[in-house]
Amino acid sequence: MNTSTAPASQRVHYLNASYGVKSWLLTTDHKRIAILYLIGVTVFFAIGGVAAALIRLELLTPAGDVLQAETYNKMFTTHGVMMIFFFMIPGIPGVLGNFLIPLMIGAKDVAFPRLNLLSWYLFMIGGLTALWAVVHGGVDTGWTFYTPYSTVYSNGWVVVTAVGIFISGFSSILTGLNFVVTIHTMRAPGMTWMRMPLFCWGMYATAIIQILGTPVIAITLLLVAAERLFHLGIFDPAQGGDPVLFQHLFWFYSHPAVYLMILPAMAIISELVTAFARKPIFGYKFIAGSSVAIAVLSFLVWGHHMFVSGQSVYAGLVFSFLSFMVAIPSAIKVFNWTATLYKGSVSYQTPLLYALGFIGLFTFGGLTGLMLASLGLDIHVHDTYFIVAHFHYIMVGGTIMAYLGGLHYWWPKISGKLYPEYWSRVSAWVIFIGFNLTFFPQFIVGYLGMPRRYHAYPDEFQVLNVMSTAGASILGIGYVIPLVYFFYSWRYGKDAADNPWGATGLEWETPSPPPTENFPETPVVTGRPYDYRTDEEEKAVV
Amino acid sequence: MPFFPEEASTFARHVDGLYIFLIAVTAFFSLLIGTLVVVFAIKYHRRSPDEVATEVHESGLLEIVWTVIPFGLVLVMFAWGISVYFRITRPPANAIDIYVIAKQWMWKLQHTDGHREMNELHVPVGVPVRLTMASEDVIHSFYVPAFRFKRDVVPGRFSTAWFEASKPGKYHLFCAEFCGTRHSNMIGWVYAMKPTDYQAWLAGGSPGESLAAAGAKRFVEHACNTCHGDQPGARGPSLAGLFGKQVPLANGQTVVADESYLRESIVNSQARLVAGYPPIMPTFQGLISEEGLLQLVAYIKSLSSAPPAGAATSAAPALSPERKSTRP
Amino acid sequence: MSDAHAAAHATPPELRHHFVDLEAQKEASSLGMWMFLVTEVLFFGGMFTAYVVYRASYRRAFEGASNLLDIRLGAFNTAVLILSSLTMVLAVWAASQGKKKLIVLFLLLTMLLGATFLGVKVVEYKQKFDHHEVPGAHFVVPKGLAPQSELFFSLYFCMTGLHALHMIIGIGLLAWLAAKARRGAFTPRYYTPVDMVGLYWHFVDIVWIFLFPLLYLLGRNTL
Ligand code: HEA
Ligand code: HEA
Ligand code: HEC
Ligand code: CUA
Ligand SMILES: [Cu+2]
Repeated sequence: MNTSTAPASQRVHYLNASYGVKSWLLTTDHKRIAILYLIGVTVFFAIGGVAAALIRLELLTPAGDVLQAETYNKMFTTHGVMMIFFFMIPGIPGVLGNFLIPLMIGAKDVAFPRLNLLSWYLFMIGGLTALWAVVHGGVDTGWTFYTPYSTVYSNGWVVVTAVGIFISGFSSILTGLNFVVTIHTMRAPGMTWMRMPLFCWGMYATAIIQILGTPVIAITLLLVAAERLFHLGIFDPAQGGDPVLFQHLFWFYSHPAVYLMILPAMAIISELVTAFARKPIFGYKFIAGSSVAIAVLSFLVWGHHMFVSGQSVYAGLVFSFLSFMVAIPSAIKVFNWTATLYKGSVSYQTPLLYALGFIGLFTFGGLTGLMLASLGLDIHVHDTYFIVAHFHYIMVGGTIMAYLGGLHYWWPKISGKLYPEYWSRVSAWVIFIGFNLTFFPQFIVGYLGMPRRYHAYPDEFQVLNVMSTAGASILGIGYVIPLVYFFYSWRYGKDAADNPWGATGLEWETPSPPPTENFPETPVVTGRPYDYRTDEEEKAVV
Repeated sequence: MPFFPEEASTFARHVDGLYIFLIAVTAFFSLLIGTLVVVFAIKYHRRSPDEVATEVHESGLLEIVWTVIPFGLVLVMFAWGISVYFRITRPPANAIDIYVIAKQWMWKLQHTDGHREMNELHVPVGVPVRLTMASEDVIHSFYVPAFRFKRDVVPGRFSTAWFEASKPGKYHLFCAEFCGTRHSNMIGWVYAMKPTDYQAWLAGGSPGESLAAAGAKRFVEHACNTCHGDQPGARGPSLAGLFGKQVPLANGQTVVADESYLRESIVNSQARLVAGYPPIMPTFQGLISEEGLLQLVAYIKSLSSAPPAGAATSAAPALSPERKSTRP
Repeated sequence: MSDAHAAAHATPPELRHHFVDLEAQKEASSLGMWMFLVTEVLFFGGMFTAYVVYRASYRRAFEGASNLLDIRLGAFNTAVLILSSLTMVLAVWAASQGKKKLIVLFLLLTMLLGATFLGVKVVEYKQKFDHHEVPGAHFVVPKGLAPQSELFFSLYFCMTGLHALHMIIGIGLLAWLAAKARRGAFTPRYYTPVDMVGLYWHFVDIVWIFLFPLLYLLGRNTL
């Protein structure tokens, strides 16, 4: 392990290499672009979070008393659109992927640095376009934009929102393309595929989905916009169009999109588990391979969102079966992470707390996904709060936990500072408790039959909804704490060492924060990843 | 606080059984993984700052075990899931028909005898009920939690579903697919009644014109009878006895004449052309309301069973009961 | 894509600082371009799916509407595009040989052919406007056809419109290349941009090779 270099304040690194707004907005440094993404996604998360707060506030009582029905509908649409398209999909790839991939494979930058900057601009333009729509009256279609409601009946800003998502779709495509080319062509000498950190494998699988899936949603939303403007009739039954075709096209992307949101999270967890157990990952090949397997299978299961929409019975059977198959590689990952902890040297630092939270909540959320894939049951729970609970368990309990874990873990590298350990543990616990209180009751109320996207609901569901709202308040506080201390530590935190965790990986062999060109000289990789053996052990093996 | 809605249909029990099995699997694995990670984390807690773990060698056997066990389990889930699903999707032959029209934001329900209801549906217990549903605008979804069933009502086609209530009572009817501003107000009640009560309910109140009778009127109004009048040299095939039969198509295939086929034949007749006829039937897309289509279909269906009450008094021309020879 | 192409001030001049050598840089560019074309395939794929689905449901309406397209103009345009692919190939060849004047010539020829294609397309669109065959408020169902023929025209305009947009972008790229070629930016050692734009141009061509039979030819004469 590297010895510490000169203190950050006394040397040139990517943060102080140049100053001024222009040096940031025109940067092609992947690390600075990562920071730009961090700012962007945090803003969109906050907006989505405010919408969530209003949703939960409205659902405190059965009657629709806080918001008007139309406003409520706009709120959950805003919430879904912001969270999915502008927070979760660009989040981990944009922030941690950008920052880490070149560092981890020993490259100076991504393959196309200017394209990378363009991606960020497209993301921001797309996000601001969608935000413009929210400010000027909003959209009320739900994030799924089902036709013909979205194309004919809704009177919100469907076109503007669709165009916003379309634009940021290109950001996603270009990012994926950049990552694939980077991983293929920019690896340092000796960095073979099987020596690559699992994070890169996960991002590679993610990038494949971005490249293959995103164009389809882009064209679909473009058709929705065109149809709305010119009455093309492509999805309008009144003119002979087929609304179910829209659903096929939408889910052909949007199911893979959910793995777009979980694969990067899994990629982070693989890193965290080894680093805090100080032990090589158990089943490296299986974890790497399962990422790719998930990416491939994810394109074959979209029909499980349409079990009651009138697709044929046999299509239902096939999609159900394939949905079960996609669970197998996920299961392989979970078991391998667990096995990695066995006989480890486990340290309870905050990133590990998040990682453990992820493993538990993802397992539970994923298994409820299997319930949904069971045809007979989905008929009953489709479009109820059971679904809402399922995906929040995976996305909030899973992906956000992993994202926060990853942010904590690499924060010393990104900022060169340490975050406050005490507060970070407190917030990890607050988030875990608040989260479960918010979303567990939703499984029950969902099975009892409460439909989703309901502004008002029958009285007998109130108790569970009150619990959920209470949980959401705790959860909201839990999210504000890290926001505050990350800001604080950026300025006032203690300087971090180059490798504060004693972890392996090229990113820890360069100073914190790294210099603009990442490594003083191009690193050469000579061994397998996650090699925590001490010198004596190594000798003993030889 | 209950954890299950009432079990008020014949398949509720099966759905709940599947659910309990899935809960068991979910709980087992969640607890297993949760316990393992916590136990490992505590047991192998790092004692000194520079302690390094002892290496555990990878095990192909273990990987196989934890691939095969979940694989076997999901096969069971799949099989169980589809067995329940088939129960829900296959209507029995002796079901009574109810016609449903969904529109922003209400449910209109019609019994074959002409009884109409709004956001309320009365059904007998112990008798299978078959729904033929159409939407006048956007997608809605007919959902009765106590019956554990739901079905999207997609505009531009008929959606069919069935259930059999097993317990008298009053149950929620929800619209489960987001359909606009007042989506959450598109709710109602289903009253499951003992057959005798149901008969009494039917007897009370005056049924309006029956669906088939209304359909017979429309048949004339839209001049269908000019081609389907069974007069010698009629330009279109006879529709008597059509429902439920195999229809030979011009492209060599055959198709069962169910409600969806009848609807398609009216709206977009050219999609599946009957063998031996020219493509002259005009398309009625956009010209007949959803309600009108349901009535026409009910009328055509009625031609296959005993003549319905309304048909005799209707203005429709008499139709010969036997089918043209082109049909098997 | 322009990243890898632009010349930075290292040695050799075209090499961007973060690549090890020109070879790696070229590999990155062509891999990137191929990936991009894959996304394009999927982009058009969504519309092809819609077309195939509706054609199956409304065969007669689609065949009838398809007969209203001007097959001579369509065939002419197909020939024009195939020719333009040829000139594009020649431009790449000229670049690989370092023949500066020829590169510019062939690029200009390609642009000219592309522009011809677009010109013909404008004429075709104009005809559709005049005949009220453009979907929307002014659409009049053509005589003897089912109303679903509107769907055909919707898809026709979406698909050919998107294709035309790609052509316009392509012509812009060609103009950019021609300007660079005139300044002598390309050498036999480094002409990746010409190569890459060539790939793009052929791709746009191939899309048309699918569009033409699908929209103009299938089902002709079956009425
Ligand atoms: C990151 C997001 C994410 C992820 C990863 C998943 C993962 C899965 N999802 Fe989920 N899903 C969503 C986000 C996600 N989902 C969203 C947003 C919706 C709703 C969209 C909307 O309508 O708005 C949705 C809806 C949804 C539906 C449609 C429900 C409906 O509307 O009727 C279905 C149905 O099959 C489903 C299934 C699954 C399955 C089988 C998995 C599997 O991949 C899960 C696999 C994981 C495990 C199984 C856990 C690990 C396993 C073990 C530890 C071992 C034990 C294993 C076995 C016994 C097999 N999901
Ligand atoms: C990544 C995705 C993501 C995330 C993170 C969340 C987070 C949350 N969601 Fe989300 N949700 C979705 C994706 C997500 N959701 C989607 C896709 C839908 C479906 C939409 C549709 O039907 O179309 C949905 C729908 C949905 C519903 C159902 C609405 C309905 O059907 O009627 C509910 C109800 O409780 C809900 C609640 C919450 C809550 C309480 C959180 C909490 O975790 C949020 C907690 C966060 C905060 C409270 C904000 C924290 C505060 C700050 C960061 C401070 C900044 C504030 C200021 C400076 C002012 N969500
Ligand atoms: C101009 C003559 C004409 C008119 C008017 C007409 N039809 Fe038809 N119809 C036909 C012909 C010819 C066929 C057989 C070819 C086909 O399938 O299109 C047919 C087929 C059908 C079929 C399918 C029959 C089968 O045997 O499978 C149905 C159902 C039908 N018509 C109902 C109607 C209804 C209801 C109306 C009025 C709203 C109507 N038709 C008006 C000529 C007509
Ligand atoms: Cu009708 Cu929701
Ligand atoms: Cu899915």
